[in-house]
Amino acid sequence: MELTDLLDIAAKERQARLPHTIRCCTAAGCLSAGSGAVLDRLRGAVHDEGLTERVGVAAVGCLRLCCQGPLVRVDSPVASGGGEGAGITEELYQRVTPDDAGSIVAGFKGGTVTANKGDLKSPFFQLQASVILENSGRVEPERIETYIAAEGYQSLHRVLRNFTPAEVVEEMTRSGLRGRGGAAYPTGVKWATVAKNPGEKKYVVCNADEGDPGAFMNRSVLESDPHRVLEGMAIAGYAIGANQGYIYVRGEYPLAVQRLHTAIAQAGRLGLLGSHIFSSPFDFRIDLRTGAGAFVCGEETALMASIMGQRGTPTPRPPYPAEHGLWGMPTLLNNVETYANVPTILRRGADWFASIGTEKSKGTKVFCLTGKVVNTGLVEVPLGTPLRKIVHDIGGGAPEGGTIKAVQTGGPSGGCIPAELFDTPVEYDSLAKLGSIMGSGGMIVLDDKNNMVDVARYFMQFCMDESCGKCVPCRAGTVQLHRLLTRILEGRAGAEDVQQLEALCDVVKHTSLCGLGQAAPNPTLSTLRFFRHEYEALLKPGSPAQRMGLPLVSASQPR
Amino acid sequence: MSVVTLTIDGKLVSARAGDTILTAAREAGIDIPTLCYVDGLSAHGGCRICLVEIAGSPRLQPACFMKVGEGMEVQTDTERLRGYRRTIVELLFAEGNHVCSVCVANGGCELQDMAITVGMDHDRFDYIHPKREVDLSHERFGIDHNRCILCTRCIRACDELEGAHTWDMAGRGSHSKVITDLNEPWGESQTCTSCGKCFMACPTGSIFQKGDTVAETDHPRAKLEFLVNAREKKQWNV
Repeated sequence: MELTDLLDIAAKERQARLPHTIRCCTAAGCLSAGSGAVLDRLRGAVHDEGLTERVGVAAVGCLRLCCQGPLVRVDSPVASGGGEGAGITEELYQRVTPDDAGSIVAGFKGGTVTANKGDLKSPFFQLQASVILENSGRVEPERIETYIAAEGYQSLHRVLRNFTPAEVVEEMTRSGLRGRGGAAYPTGVKWATVAKNPGEKKYVVCNADEGDPGAFMNRSVLESDPHRVLEGMAIAGYAIGANQGYIYVRGEYPLAVQRLHTAIAQAGRLGLLGSHIFSSPFDFRIDLRTGAGAFVCGEETALMASIMGQRGTPTPRPPYPAEHGLWGMPTLLNNVETYANVPTILRRGADWFASIGTEKSKGTKVFCLTGKVVNTGLVEVPLGTPLRKIVHDIGGGAPEGGTIKAVQTGGPSGGCIPAELFDTPVEYDSLAKLGSIMGSGGMIVLDDKNNMVDVARYFMQFCMDESCGKCVPCRAGTVQLHRLLTRILEGRAGAEDVQQLEALCDVVKHTSLCGLGQAAPNPTLSTLRFFRHEYEALLKPGSPAQRMGLPLVSASQPR
Repeated sequence: MSVVTLTIDGKLVSARAGDTILTAAREAGIDIPTLCYVDGLSAHGGCRICLVEIAGSPRLQPACFMKVGEGMEVQTDTERLRGYRRTIVELLFAEGNHVCSVCVANGGCELQDMAITVGMDHDRFDYIHPKREVDLSHERFGIDHNRCILCTRCIRACDELEGAHTWDMAGRGSHSKVITDLNEPWGESQTCTSCGKCFMACPTGSIFQKGDTVAETDHPRAKLEFLVNAREKKQWNV
């Protein structure tokens, strides 16, 4: 494979494009709403109507507005004016049934389209950015040619031809990209550390063990644009001197696993992975490792143990993976979304990337907007976007006249940000100041019907169930924290229980072995910080003795 | 081999580079309490009793794992650490069914000793009273999971000293449980050599010798130390 071959594939793919394209979402959300049948019907109808020369049907990835799935987009050339560059008109159809699909195709012959039209001019689409998701909903995840037609693998070629490994690291450092898995460690610094650590072999690992409740950013990227992640990993491999990569993907994402398998096989067949990539001395292969349903395996040391075939439990750091990782070798571990940024950064330049976002948080971030909000789905915005814009403008506010009370960010490791603070820009440091984290990008909107103690207990139960059991404070502490929260919620607790809750949160936070336990108290602590009145409203008055009906000493004394 | 100097509890200590804080402290006569740690076995880092404060580090670090560094300032016995240690021991007592008065290891139990060390006069947490099994299928030993604190000493002793790896961990979180082979009764284990090293290593009355009654079990820890010294230091002094 040479650059000319790559450009050939891209040119052929572009030439084969038909004037009209129907793009049907086949990511997990829309598939579960029935987009498989819609796709079949679209293809059948195009054939039956004799439109195969004019209308193409593409099985694409996520179109973002998940709550309205199955989603279908239709691109047509502008009817009047004509000529090159006259542009295309785009139409969105939502909640499409197979019968609607038939009518969409009939529409090309002047029939009536019965499908519900969506509004691509709405703030949900207009206020979003497209860096990580630039190809999502455009390329076909199971056809590498479409990714190549979208300039895919050109960054890898440029890097192999024009950059030394140190220059790639330098470019990543200048971009200001920070790890998108939640810890926000500067990516360039991490790459430089692994590159400089000596080792006869090095590894590149992609953490795709996304497990936060309400978070599906990584799943969408893997299902919609898997080659972007492979390309990012190959570039990382070149930069740090590794020729083996692993993607650790959770077993609960069968479609992502299948599409990654397909993508790796296709890239291998074209020589974009494997030996002597683009006729250079660089070899890189990628293998998949599937998780077996443990949240803790998203923690890097547990993840590596699992890759090596051991029980997925964390080990104390230091030593860090950058020094002592897989099989004792220097290992680079990044999140799916971090790798997904890499090809774009190298294509458009570090300065371009650094111009997006805020001073300390560069670039864009994909969020999963869920909960009590009108528009739920995948949202990509520049970092620094105020929470209000995401929740009220993009999200469309509360459904059915509810009042939004807070947003939970960062999943079971994060916290709740009250509505009064919605002007906070969404970036790493501002959220940390509020006792929450951006995390990997889950955003659960809560309204006035959600009791915050219940919310805290839900996340505590999650951590309790997912604790691996290795260290005592996380294994036994989360059980006791859950009991205390249950007691408060059921109205059986007094002020002393809240005191004990806070004291135990402090112990679990500071003595647990890994991030799971250290962050488990965060939802409780942040709801205590901003919604203490909801806790207090549930407490019984008086001391424990009084509540047990024991006579007070003062009351029993003679007058 | 290079030597580094550091201060532990204000005392200037020299240690071999690559040693853990725990080793350095013990050699200098400073006692850091431990529970899951056993000399000669790999460190586990799970009990969190040996956590220490290191100046300039935002996180507490387990002394059994953390390597010494030049100029490091370590605090092993602050008010904060004492509070954490006591809470952790209370959590352990609340988690299992630890009733000293009916336990074979009463008087010879490291958990009991630790409760005294950390000054635990009562338990502030709810006793969970889990329903756990007792496996008496082995001809010489028994295991009472009610008294297990999941320190993994038995697993490590069996794997690293005996080389049998009969024991391992199953389940997760509060449902974790040490198992023999593929969760079969201990007596039916194909790999167990009946060497008793798990019994020697167990800190509580969880793994016990059949025939012992209340307060009779005395874990022969010295035997384990003898084996470790013989293997690692080539010393055969009894």
